[in-house]
Amino acid sequence: MTPKRKQRMTIALLIVFGTALIVGLVMYALKQNINLFYSTTQIVKGEAPKDARIRVGGMVLKGSLQRDPNSLHVSFLVTDTAENVKVEYTGILPDLFREGQGIIAQGKLDTQGVFQADEVLAKHDENYMPPEIAESMKNAKPTTEAKP
Amino acid sequence: MNIKMPKWFYQLASPKWSYDIMGMLMPWFGLAALLLLVTGIVWGLMFAPPDYQQGNSYRIIYIHVPSAILAQSCFMLMAVAGIIGMVWKMKVAHIVAKSAAPIGASMTIIALSTGAIWGKPTWGAWWVWDARLTSMLILLFLYLGIIALYSAFSNKASGDQAASILTLVGVVNIPIIKYSVEWWNTLHQPASFTLTKKPAMPPEMWVPLLIMVLGYYCFFAYVLMARTRIELLEREHKSGWVTALLTDTP
Repeated sequence: MTPKRKQRMTIALLIVFGTALIVGLVMYALKQNINLFYSTTQIVKGEAPKDARIRVGGMVLKGSLQRDPNSLHVSFLVTDTAENVKVEYTGILPDLFREGQGIIAQGKLDTQGVFQADEVLAKHDENYMPPEIAESMKNAKPTTEAKP
Repeated sequence: MNIKMPKWFYQLASPKWSYDIMGMLMPWFGLAALLLLVTGIVWGLMFAPPDYQQGNSYRIIYIHVPSAILAQSCFMLMAVAGIIGMVWKMKVAHIVAKSAAPIGASMTIIALSTGAIWGKPTWGAWWVWDARLTSMLILLFLYLGIIALYSAFSNKASGDQAASILTLVGVVNIPIIKYSVEWWNTLHQPASFTLTKKPAMPPEMWVPLLIMVLGYYCFFAYVLMARTRIELLEREHKSGWVTALLTDTP
């Protein structure tokens, strides 16, 4: 490479790494704001803001789902395996909502520490498999529960 | 330090040589794209097994994932072409980058819209401002900005220069898109399909996906070469080889 080209290459690389540094610092500063949701441990520890609309994410605890037979009101426990948060919600749940599945709920914490959700989204993982394989895996080890 | 570039690298700088070689390669990529895309889509949509959680709605993965991969690969290509264009003042490199931008933007739009269509039945929302979705939207705006910059100057060389700089600035977004699902809590799940790890699905699901990805790459190469050749003719319309080309053809 000629000296002129070397100089221009330096400028080009400076642009790339300079921007990377700036963006990296900005993202570091905004770390918490980029996270879509708080974990249940963060909420129980009081790290999540009170009186603000926040999202909580975790797994629906198996056997904790209670449906009101007369309305669309449901309540369930969300867990990250360490701490649980009770969520109450009135409305239609997404198709993938089931016990043992990851969810993200948006709403507010009330004074009793119950999360009053106005939106519940189902999170799914990156694993795909045909129903027969899922069935045989379930039969092979019936006691294991899905990990978050 | 003295880096010596291979001969073909300098040959690429010749518009005529590039025009000819692309004309030669184009039909093969077109044919490969057609075969791969038809095989992949029929296999993926009709013969691949349904998912145990999502049923048939997961099949949109066969469009969504290849478009998202191409949207990012195209940007990487534009960044490399931009550096070559800036450092070696190679006109052809700028022309390639300029021709790639609208294809990349289209891929981003396809990835975003199929993602929204997929999100509604599975997550319960068309759109969520999580890190993956937002960084992908930023990628679309970068593409639109680059396309606008290329045509914002009456002097083509200034447009090339400005758009290359924006591409280099924007390339920082690519690792952010890729690692967004690992660095932050997101609704979007981590990648099922990477170069380094075993796919998180059985072969009867990932083989058609791989075919689709390869088909998308061939289609991308085909469209890129077609667009680049037209842009080459347009920019070189005063040069001898274009005049010769136009008068020679019956």
